[in-house]
Amino acid sequence: MSLTRKSAAELAALMASGEVSAVEVTQAHLDRVAEVDPKINAFLHVDAEAALEQARAIDARRAAGEELGPLAGVPIAHKDVFTTIDMPTTAGSRILEGWRPPYDATVTRRLREAGLVILGKTNLDEFAMGSSTENSAYFPTRNPWDLSRVPGGSSGGSSAAVAGYVTPLSTGTDTGGSIRQPAAVTGIVGMKPTYGGSSRYGLIAFASSLDTPGPFARNVLDAALLHEAFSGHDPLDSTSIDAPVPPVVEAARHPDVAGLRVGVVKEFAGEGYQQGVLNRFHDSVELLESLGAKVVEVSCPSFTTALPAYYLIAPSECSSNLARFDAMRYGLRVGDDGTRSAEEVMALTRAAGFGPEVKRRIMLGTYALSSGYYDAYYGQAQKVRTLIARDFEAAFQQVDVLISPTTPTTAFPIGERADDPMAMYLADLCTIPANLAGNAAISVPCGLADEDGLPVGLQIMAPVLGDDRCYRVGAAVEKAFESRWNGPLLKEAPAL
Amino acid sequence: MTTTTTLMPYDEALERYEPVLGLETHVELGTASKMFCGCATTFGAAPNTQVCPVCLALPGALPVANEKAIESTIRIGLALNCSIASWCRFARKNYFYPDMPKNYQISQYDEPLCTDGYLDVEVDGTVVRVGIERVHLEEDTGKSTHVGGATGRIHGADYSIVDYNRAGIPLVEIVTKPIEGADRLAPEVARAYVTELRELMRALGVSDVRMEEGSLRCDVNVSLMPRGSSEWGTRTETKNVNSLRSVERAVRHEIERQAAILSEGGRIVQETRHFHEDTGTTTSGRSKEEAQDYRYFPEPDLVPIAPDPAWVAELKAALPELPSVRRKRLQQEWGVSDLDMQAMHNADAIDLVEATVAAGAPPADARKWWMGELARRANEAAVPLSDLRITPDQVARVCALVASGALNDKLARQVLEGVLEGEGTPDEVVASRGLQIVNDEGELSRIIDEVLAANADAADKVRGGKIAAVGALVGGVMKASRGKADAARARELILEKLGVSA
Amino acid sequence: MSAITRDEVAHLARLSRLALSDEELDHYATQLDVIIGSVARVSEVAAEDVPPSSHALPLTNVFRPDEVRPCLTPEQALSGAPAVEDQRFRVPRILGEEA
Repeated sequence: MSLTRKSAAELAALMASGEVSAVEVTQAHLDRVAEVDPKINAFLHVDAEAALEQARAIDARRAAGEELGPLAGVPIAHKDVFTTIDMPTTAGSRILEGWRPPYDATVTRRLREAGLVILGKTNLDEFAMGSSTENSAYFPTRNPWDLSRVPGGSSGGSSAAVAGYVTPLSTGTDTGGSIRQPAAVTGIVGMKPTYGGSSRYGLIAFASSLDTPGPFARNVLDAALLHEAFSGHDPLDSTSIDAPVPPVVEAARHPDVAGLRVGVVKEFAGEGYQQGVLNRFHDSVELLESLGAKVVEVSCPSFTTALPAYYLIAPSECSSNLARFDAMRYGLRVGDDGTRSAEEVMALTRAAGFGPEVKRRIMLGTYALSSGYYDAYYGQAQKVRTLIARDFEAAFQQVDVLISPTTPTTAFPIGERADDPMAMYLADLCTIPANLAGNAAISVPCGLADEDGLPVGLQIMAPVLGDDRCYRVGAAVEKAFESRWNGPLLKEAPAL
Repeated sequence: MTTTTTLMPYDEALERYEPVLGLETHVELGTASKMFCGCATTFGAAPNTQVCPVCLALPGALPVANEKAIESTIRIGLALNCSIASWCRFARKNYFYPDMPKNYQISQYDEPLCTDGYLDVEVDGTVVRVGIERVHLEEDTGKSTHVGGATGRIHGADYSIVDYNRAGIPLVEIVTKPIEGADRLAPEVARAYVTELRELMRALGVSDVRMEEGSLRCDVNVSLMPRGSSEWGTRTETKNVNSLRSVERAVRHEIERQAAILSEGGRIVQETRHFHEDTGTTTSGRSKEEAQDYRYFPEPDLVPIAPDPAWVAELKAALPELPSVRRKRLQQEWGVSDLDMQAMHNADAIDLVEATVAAGAPPADARKWWMGELARRANEAAVPLSDLRITPDQVARVCALVASGALNDKLARQVLEGVLEGEGTPDEVVASRGLQIVNDEGELSRIIDEVLAANADAADKVRGGKIAAVGALVGGVMKASRGKADAARARELILEKLGVSA
Repeated sequence: MSAITRDEVAHLARLSRLALSDEELDHYATQLDVIIGSVARVSEVAAEDVPPSSHALPLTNVFRPDEVRPCLTPEQALSGAPAVEDQRFRVPRILGEEA
């Protein structure tokens, strides 16, 4: 079996036992990049030589008898929204084209410390704003299941790279669903940790109170291993939780849901949901019951206003976060002809450097925060946020986890929703509540939709710092489905 | 931009209108590191050497609040008799400006750390209570230098260059409540308030409060209401008034300017104005096309501050003696008049005198030298007293030399001069300049004999009973000894030699 | 909620420092109108006595000690700058407030 078909845990074991070297593993994946990436366009930047250099260093350390972490030598693709000192960082935007950060994000630093080999930086919707990766200023990424369809977003480069067997692991960020939704529509595992469980330092901000770094992998255990590798308290991020990382790897190794109370969110079904998605969700419910879980219906009435609240809070924060892109200290500068003022140059640069979705959200956020509108929009959205957190609290009095479809539909064709922001925003309908309340949530594959044969994701939501529950239930669902399917769902994907 | 401004004489303005003041003071805290990152805050460092991803607002960087700055702000609030919030947040103040890297300032908006206090200040023997509206914490901006154009000023410049060393230094903003009833003393009250505030900061040890380096900056709001009215007029805000004297002048100027406009039936425009040190006048800031909308919202990158009441109580108990209390105590200890104490206060001499006394000098002597010879020299050099190159210990040593009879006042002045000129310690200056009172009776006697011989007329007059003529002879001895003789002893000896009893 | 006008969009663009063409302004006016009309649903939620949440989690008092940490070198600090002069960031002329 080719090295690129193996999981991160398997690769790590092969390297630990000396059967293969990190260089061999890295080379195999770089070859796969060269073969497949021209079809899916997952990467914005690949540095083969730097990756091999990292791999050589790992091999040398291992040869010297050094104790290495459980993922040492495993390749990873890194979402191009984390700063990297040795690679350009663009956030998918023209305004940062060619920018080389003088510092590493905390997540980047921890990947390096864990000995992961960074293959390159993956494509994304500009500044992580979008659900399709079509908003990248550079090019759209394609879904390995169907190259005419989107891989989800904003972390679409990362989901496509993992689903396309280009890398066993990748990083993402989830602000309204940007990990779970792409994971769902590409048939892989994607986890949004508890807000504050993974550091935002060096993550180029979209919406500060929502952004959460998290892992992508082809199976639940790999995701847990990566989660553990880069999470945990960071004194450079004031919103980072000063508590141990929940025992996620332990949980992923114990796929047991007997006696577990599972709540089905009543509000996430019905109109707007693809029938095939609902069918696979019902399969999942039955599966969990068959595994001994107690499934009950739970109502979270405020979840129906999560989407509008999100589309006020996230743009408001983004309008302020993106103000720093002003052509003064770094990045693009347009129109500086010696006569124009700084103010004019800022406005020309921002108009030229930001894409339409980013501009739309900046203006929406500026509107929601302006005097006279603040109370009705931003202020009210924050109250809704409180209500959503209360709904979660009440629900977790009754159940251990909540489940729902991850997305209302499967992957949609490239271009279909590009000019219809409202249709695009619906992709995040089910994922947003966990962002607003800071909860942990995971998406695991639960089958293919009847209509289009495309993957469907099951979302499992847990309380704040209950990340391990997501992995325990996710692993149980994965194990049961894989025995039913005789292997992972991804084996159904067409060869690339 | 230059238009002639009509002013109404101050007395007339005060007859017709009553001023209402408001002062917003920014104090740069003297923390070792910046407000939200670990960069150093050293003044005068080479450009862009004290910057990092956070204070340059590089993509991805995040702020973490400096605990010492929070503590200092609470201490300032407590010293100003404020209530300390039990829970409050930072807010983002959004506006674009090249010296502000994030294009928003992390500040506090509707939830300041400290609210509702007061500071008592004394003007002409009257105590005026200045209400404090709020004390909040924010961050400073970078510094722009304007290149090209005629004046090096922002207006007409070709471009600017920006140094972000100052960006992110913690800044405390102290806002007064409207100050009413100061009446004709308004300019003095404003000055006394800023002076007192500055001393308070020093006593708390939270800032070096150097106005000339911008670590204390003041915005002055002034409005007028016609006598008999109780409705406030429109106010103007004069920005960055950067010396104590300027605070007083800016208030006076605004009163005279606004009174002239109002008396002619004009209206005051609510605007920002700029103070000009050279002329003592204010001019209008560029009027904005539209009102600022700062779009404040709670800073999501920082979590709320909820000071532990026990910690606040601890900080309160540990506050140092406040400057006004200390002045009262020292005045008693030193036994000086209100007027002398005020003079020392105005000259910023109290700390120096206190330290000199602590080094062993009698209070009267310490005060005499600092407020006399040294104040004169500081004045000549146009520097603050504390910038003179002499320490309180050295002044105390000079006092001791005078007390022991080794120096007289004239010689002591020369010693001080030597120390100020960098010639060493007082003892070194005495040695190197040879400034020792001639106590050797033989030497003195020889000088007197010479002087008597050279001034036979005067000597005869004294012999003849005109004792007053001895002054000329003593002067001659002092001259011949180049000031080193003990004048009193010389007089005694002259009279003795001339056979006259005093 | 009243619909958003083109003038308002132009005002928002100015506040956001976005030099938009007339066409773009028209385009965004239409789209923002739809979006704002839709998100205005939040105001229908009765939440008079509900406290707003600015943060996902109720953390408080996260501070750092007042310790100096290494800074960037000036070369690193200025490495991404579009223009540099005299170890400073060179920026176009500033329309300041100073008279």
